[in-house]
Amino acid sequence: MMLLTLLCVPLFAAIILAFVGDRRYAPEINIAGSAGTFAAGLGLAFEVYLYGPTLAGNKFFFVDAFNVYLAVLTSFVSMTTAVFSRRYMRREREHGRVGSIRMRFYHAMFQVFIFAMLLCLLTNNVGVLWIAMELATLSTVLLVSLYRTPTAIEAAWKYFILCGVGIAQALFGTVLLYFAAEKVLGEGGEALLWTNLSLVSDRLEPTVLSLAFVFLMVGYGTKVGLVPLHNWLPDAHSEGPTPISAVLSGLLLNVALYALVRCKVLVDGATKTHHAGDIMMGFGLLSIIVAAFSLLRQKDIKRMFSYSSIEHMGIATFAFGLGGPIATFGGLLHMLVHSLAKSAIFFTVGHASQMHRTQDMEKIKGLIRGNPLVGWGLMLGVMAIAGMPPFGVFTSEFLILTATIKDAPLLTPFLLLGLVVAFAALFRRVQPMVSGEIPENQKPMTVAHLPVLLHMVLVLLIGLYMPEFLNQWFHTAVDLLK
Amino acid sequence: MNLTIAANINSFLAALVLLTAFGMLVQRRMYGLIHLFAWQGLFLSVSTAIVGFVAGKHHLYISSLLTLSLKVVLLPYILHVLIYRLRIQKEVDTVVNVPLTMLIGIALVIFSYHLTAPVRELSTLVTRSTLAVALATVMIGLLMMITRRHAVTQIIGFLAMENGLFFAATSATYGMPLVVELGVALDILIAAFIFGIFFFHIHTTFDSLDVEKMARLKESD
Repeated sequence: MMLLTLLCVPLFAAIILAFVGDRRYAPEINIAGSAGTFAAGLGLAFEVYLYGPTLAGNKFFFVDAFNVYLAVLTSFVSMTTAVFSRRYMRREREHGRVGSIRMRFYHAMFQVFIFAMLLCLLTNNVGVLWIAMELATLSTVLLVSLYRTPTAIEAAWKYFILCGVGIAQALFGTVLLYFAAEKVLGEGGEALLWTNLSLVSDRLEPTVLSLAFVFLMVGYGTKVGLVPLHNWLPDAHSEGPTPISAVLSGLLLNVALYALVRCKVLVDGATKTHHAGDIMMGFGLLSIIVAAFSLLRQKDIKRMFSYSSIEHMGIATFAFGLGGPIATFGGLLHMLVHSLAKSAIFFTVGHASQMHRTQDMEKIKGLIRGNPLVGWGLMLGVMAIAGMPPFGVFTSEFLILTATIKDAPLLTPFLLLGLVVAFAALFRRVQPMVSGEIPENQKPMTVAHLPVLLHMVLVLLIGLYMPEFLNQWFHTAVDLLK
Repeated sequence: MNLTIAANINSFLAALVLLTAFGMLVQRRMYGLIHLFAWQGLFLSVSTAIVGFVAGKHHLYISSLLTLSLKVVLLPYILHVLIYRLRIQKEVDTVVNVPLTMLIGIALVIFSYHLTAPVRELSTLVTRSTLAVALATVMIGLLMMITRRHAVTQIIGFLAMENGLFFAATSATYGMPLVVELGVALDILIAAFIFGIFFFHIHTTFDSLDVEKMARLKESD
């Protein structure tokens, strides 16, 4: 029951916000809607913790240990982003970058986007997963072009076209998957349900599924932002409003990776080889290296952190490709901590670029003196994302690295190279931004404290101590993904 | 209807779908492109109905009607209106190197036949031979999006790809489950509204629908 509530809340919130429009209290309704979603998410997590995996809505939806934590994460980050966006978007209005109609559109579409992602995570049907993924793209396309500047429109068009093309490949993969499934499970909707497919995956035709996986990999890989399919990502992240960058980077990429991993499990079951894993490892490693070196060349602050997202999604994809209990555990953990740390970074980056009214890193200086929360938030966020102990990202990267040394020792140097270069590139840029005197172009402003603090505390806590329920879910999920 | 006759008619329609795909690949005029797209949708819709009839799958009639209303009537109409409103009836899109584009297209068809060979061997459906054509249509749509510069042409390429996917679903499996087909149709409808809005934004901002003009976002060195 909680499951359906979780899906309905953002949908209703979207409808209400479409009617409320640009009233003074619209951001508060947005927060209330997201908080309701998060409450439902917690309720669902509690149910799963007590009773285990469940099906709902005539087998149309399901939760297990793998998607429950992602659903809670999605609802949590969307709530904190709503809190952040209240101050941020108010400020953008004062600067005259968005008008009344666009604010109405922004709030409604934000909730539709959350709904689409939750539908992706909770649906039991591979076809509906595809539809929801496309809906998530479509709902954010016009948010990326919200400012209507030439570069924003270009970025949104690129996002629309590239993700449209990519996702079309995934649909072809889904058709092939259905073709193989129908032979075993018979015709109709039942043949596309995960819960049925995973039971019979060893009887599915291996040649068809390995062909299907290539298409699914290209399709969902485009949305994950894997190199060489990543071209849309830095543009969309740097040109859209910062709250949207935070949810795109922190949530949408995770959801796409979730879809890919689910497909991999089926393909592995059918082919009984490491074929799909090898493809994922290749894409992952390429993403890590290319993104790490691209980080060095960036001048725009949001662009730089979007390359960092590509790198981290590469790490997670690599981990799932590698397989085995340690790497998979690391991959699951990495999705969680990256999402928390990266959205916290985007919150501080949003405030920093508003204080200086530019995204050019050369012009952003003296953040710690100007606003300690933004300065330290950015500094600590970057430390966390770069994989410094005691933050959670260190734990996950350490696990993945250990598993690599054990199972694929030849790839370890490449992985390490990527991590080290990314580390150096980030610090080289962030150091001058946070230190130094307050420059003339910096204007003081009130910032949203809570989202940044909450995220950073969580990332730190997960690094220090893994709660029992999370540990249990991850172990169950590792078994599922074997 | 005899199964062999049905299979023959279906292959003939598949050939027509492929032909329209090639036509779109090199058509310069906007209206010409839309007409070709509408024809492709019509062939697809008729083919789906025939498959539905001989295989006794009644949900394919719904898919066929959906294709007819969406891809033969509604989308071409929306595109017509947009082109009229934006006053770009006279605009032509440049096609660089027609023979080369055609050759790549032919190579893609051969590649599709090669790629789908294992699937065709496994299938027992009357429509199995058309799966390669479906994949080729997807690939040619993709090629069209890469080679063309005009926003409207790129969108038509995108929609042609979607036609190919729909065709793949009917030829490999007698159609996806109805809930999926309806969802996909809904997504396309939303996409249609979004690209409609986009055309206006691009046109007012760049004063042209040539996407080459949008090249500000590049990696700086």
